[in-house]
Amino acid sequence: MANVISDETMEYVGILAKLELSDEQKEQAKKDMERMLDYIDKLNELDTSAVEPMSHVFPVNNVFREDEVTNGDDRESILKNAPAQKEGSFKVPKTVE
Amino acid sequence: MQITKMTALELGRKIKQREISVTEAVQSSLDQIGAVDGTLNCFVTVDADGALEQAKRVQQAIDEGKLDTPLAGVPVGIKDNMCTEGLLTTCSSKILYNFKPTYTAEAVLNLQQAGAVIVGKTNMDEFAMGSTTETSAFGVTRNPWNTAHVPGGSSGGSCAAVAAGEVPYTLGSDTGGSIRQPSSFCGVTGLKPTYGTVSRYGLIAYGSSLDQIGPVAKDVSDCAAILETIASYDKKDSTSVKREDCCFTSALTDDVKGMKIGIPSDYLGAGLDEEVKQGILKAADVLKAKGAIVEEFDLSLVEYAIPAYYVIASAEASSNLSRFDGVKYGYRAAEYEGLHNMYKRSRSEGFGEEVKRRIMLGSFVLSSGYYDAYYLKALRTKALIKQAFDRAFEKYDVILGPAAPTTAPELGKSLSDPLKMYLGDIYTISVNLAGLPGMTVPCGLDSRGLPIGVQLIGDCFQEKKIIRAAYAYEQDRGAWEMAPIASQKGGI
Repeated sequence: MANVISDETMEYVGILAKLELSDEQKEQAKKDMERMLDYIDKLNELDTSAVEPMSHVFPVNNVFREDEVTNGDDRESILKNAPAQKEGSFKVPKTVE
Repeated sequence: MQITKMTALELGRKIKQREISVTEAVQSSLDQIGAVDGTLNCFVTVDADGALEQAKRVQQAIDEGKLDTPLAGVPVGIKDNMCTEGLLTTCSSKILYNFKPTYTAEAVLNLQQAGAVIVGKTNMDEFAMGSTTETSAFGVTRNPWNTAHVPGGSSGGSCAAVAAGEVPYTLGSDTGGSIRQPSSFCGVTGLKPTYGTVSRYGLIAYGSSLDQIGPVAKDVSDCAAILETIASYDKKDSTSVKREDCCFTSALTDDVKGMKIGIPSDYLGAGLDEEVKQGILKAADVLKAKGAIVEEFDLSLVEYAIPAYYVIASAEASSNLSRFDGVKYGYRAAEYEGLHNMYKRSRSEGFGEEVKRRIMLGSFVLSSGYYDAYYLKALRTKALIKQAFDRAFEKYDVILGPAAPTTAPELGKSLSDPLKMYLGDIYTISVNLAGLPGMTVPCGLDSRGLPIGVQLIGDCFQEKKIIRAAYAYEQDRGAWEMAPIASQKGGI
């Protein structure tokens, strides 16, 4: 069955993805996604009811380690990459009124 | 012999024997880049001064007897998604156009400790999302065998650079075929190791559960030696695996007697170009003549790998790429209203179309209401695909097949239909889902003069078996001719 994505859903996905799309881009993205989902629906041909989801191919568990600092203080070099900085911090637009 | 035609190990030996200095080796590489990269665009960044500086230091260490490794002094190109301290690392994206990492990826550090000299960073599909290197924000890379064709992707710059003799070897990364497919298109040898073999620390993540770094080189011996150098257990990568035996060069023996090789019949059906099919079957015949037992079998589930992959990889990408928001590094939009709008504008202006497409899809399949139907369904499919490979490897030592359905397509023919482009990954993608090692070796040219690659797939941790099969095949095939452009200009 062909997937139809509502404008509301597209709006919501845009918020999750933190992307701002023009109306034209939104329309194209919707078409792309609907077509892709139609294709992905092929997976429904498989009966997976008795199969556990496999997130990792090897049986790995949480890897714990002590929280030790191993890198030095490279605040200055890290901040060199910042688009804007102030007093040793990343500068962002005002968030609290 | 021209330096540009030597393998990494050959050049390393000549450096060790003082027949060629490290500076000569690096200069030869820079000259070849100067001669052909204007046409090919394999490199995003060439660090000539830094490379010549490193060359002096490495030469001194060799002269003082402190450095005795096979790759000491040999120049290398690094795919631009691996962090290199102080050296521009862009992922071929506008959003990282000015990013200079404060640390170096573990795999690259391992190379540097072995005396490798980094000459630059190679072009790729933006954030490794693509199969042609056409989604790079810094221009397409061209195939050295025919510049009207793509080099494949996403490690297109890494593979084309080796094919054109710009560097003896490079590092690439492989999430769904990104080393093996461009290696096939460019006529070079590339290896994707078992997941967890090479540390991902400092590799800018795309699909974390699938990404693996691996070597691209002129032959199988180089790949084995490079993998031996970059493989390491690393606490900084929690998916790193402690492997007991990383002596991959010990598998370089011309002996496949009794080796069981399976060719999935599902890999030979509709969609596979006839010349590619004949090319890889000829390679299988070579192994058969050398005593391997070769037969066809049904792998099954092949057509489900691509949809499962695009759900999983896009989901992971949407999460991994959320860190690019215009705050800590990279591009920030010039105009915005408030913090959230700054995030949105910076990302929308900084990411290319294909990256945005996958972030949208990934955000969708992870959103509540769709998570079970898409994301968990894909993870269950992945489990079934892994089981299919487990069954195959109960019977076979190595699986042999094509790396791609065709040879390299023409530039500009792939991006207009993303779904069709995704289908080109059919023979490589399941290997990433199952965490397996895979390797591509050149096995002929099609009637247009474009390379064909044969893919060898092994069970988890069985790199040695595919290296042995690849090496045995290569002994019969003989040294592979380089792309014509490698001899046309430049070189010493």
